[in-house]
Amino acid sequence: MNFVHDGLAAEFEYVTREGERQHIGELFDSGDALMQETAYNLITGNHNEVSRLVEQALAEGYTANDVLDDGLIAGMAIVGVKFRDNIIFVPEVLIAARAMKAGMVHIEPILSASGVEPAGTIIMGTVKGDLHDIGKNLCIMMLRGSGFVVHDLGVDTKPDEFVDAVMEHDAQIVGMSALLTTTMPNMGVTIEALEEAGLREEIKVMLGGAPVTASFAEDMGADGYGDNAIEAVDRAKEFVEADN
Amino acid sequence: MTTNPTTTISLLDRLKRGGKLISDGGSGTYLQANGLEPGGSPELMNIEQPEVVRQMAADFFAAGSDMVLTNSFGGNRFGLERYGFGDRVFEFNKAAADLAKSAATEGKYVGGSIGPTGVLLEAVGGDFTEPELYEAFVEQVTGLAAGGADAIVIETMISTDEARLAIQAAKEHTDLIVMATMTFDKGPRGYFTMMGDTPEDAIKILSDAGADIIGTNCGNGADVMIEIVKRIRPITDKPILVHSNAGIPAIVKGVVEYPESPEFMAPRFKEMAELGASIIGGCCGTTPKHVAACAISIKGA
Repeated sequence: MNFVHDGLAAEFEYVTREGERQHIGELFDSGDALMQETAYNLITGNHNEVSRLVEQALAEGYTANDVLDDGLIAGMAIVGVKFRDNIIFVPEVLIAARAMKAGMVHIEPILSASGVEPAGTIIMGTVKGDLHDIGKNLCIMMLRGSGFVVHDLGVDTKPDEFVDAVMEHDAQIVGMSALLTTTMPNMGVTIEALEEAGLREEIKVMLGGAPVTASFAEDMGADGYGDNAIEAVDRAKEFVEADN
Repeated sequence: MTTNPTTTISLLDRLKRGGKLISDGGSGTYLQANGLEPGGSPELMNIEQPEVVRQMAADFFAAGSDMVLTNSFGGNRFGLERYGFGDRVFEFNKAAADLAKSAATEGKYVGGSIGPTGVLLEAVGGDFTEPELYEAFVEQVTGLAAGGADAIVIETMISTDEARLAIQAAKEHTDLIVMATMTFDKGPRGYFTMMGDTPEDAIKILSDAGADIIGTNCGNGADVMIEIVKRIRPITDKPILVHSNAGIPAIVKGVVEYPESPEFMAPRFKEMAELGASIIGGCCGTTPKHVAACAISIKGA
């Protein structure tokens, strides 16, 4: 790591686990002042500044990919750790996500025009019968903040809607959420539908939600479970890496 | 304005003189066992299956509840709109209070339940303004008061901003006692609301907003609630309400099972009362049997 921005260096001190210090520290190896300022403003949720800095970087000749990786994704990695560790809470994550979005507005058109491959494509939804989406939306923000393309099917998602979306978007991962104990079994029903459609071998399935546990996810036949948004990103990365 | 001064004075007086009130158990748990479809609207049952909702109140009163909550937890315009009933808030809430009240005998109370809207305020990164949420709560408290609720019980709140707006709506548009409780999760740094308030901060905000009775509900089982009561008792003079769930459920062979039995929870309900909680009851996963065990442990057979 090579910090030239004091505020960002202070933010990095919230990353205390050794492996994470190593991994997230590497994202700041280049020591680029503009990227570090972008990351810092994303962490602190200043969406106007993030928008301005991203535009400036693109005008100065940074590639869209570099701005995404060294500015936005690097900043979001620290947000994720702070959230998991109770340093910040839902409001700060949502506000950082808003800043991320303000930067992505400038980057996305360039990325899609140049055909740069995303980290992976994910279908996310709250299962049939369940209308709760705060946790799912947090996961989506963190996944997008980590370079994944996420198609959000919203709440009350029927099994065939998951199936159709996997085929339409050629997704590698399906993420399902449930808050109600009465709707949790619909996760298993959806996995069966994916099997019947002949898609189960091609995709990985991850589950989450307040009453969902790792052993429940295993019982339902899922490939992974995340206790929080940062673990959802960890699972998605593991799936993609195992695939490569 | 609905006025019910006799009830108002006597209930608060009872609690301030050290009286203990036994509350009810989980409505969702009861209704799911009695015909509520997975993912269905609980509040619609006030209109379509009123006898089930009335019987729920009657069963909890018979089990020993001094106060029963109305079946209106998700009965705000945002919650009802998800089922297409956003324009029937007053009707659903009035019916909820009417039904519980019709099962209440002399000396029993009905608390009008108000849960979170499920939408987020701009201040916490969402898309809704304070006046929008305030108006939604005004609509709901007005319906509950019209149906004869004795109190407004604002519960399972995750945002202190939202809880404050609900308290203000109840205080400014009814003469009812207002109770407000937050849900705390245990994370790596201890207990916080989803929005990051500690129990101490949250209780102060609820108290300053004008709630008459404050506390905590849902959570992760009775032992956790005991820890939270210990933390909030020293920081407020107001009566404390605790509605504990029966732990985090598991699905065993396709059936939802809550880990904490009436026998497990009974001595813990008693401990909450001894630690200074005034209103004690259950939340998700607690049944009339839990309420009966609670009543016996606190008040004797």
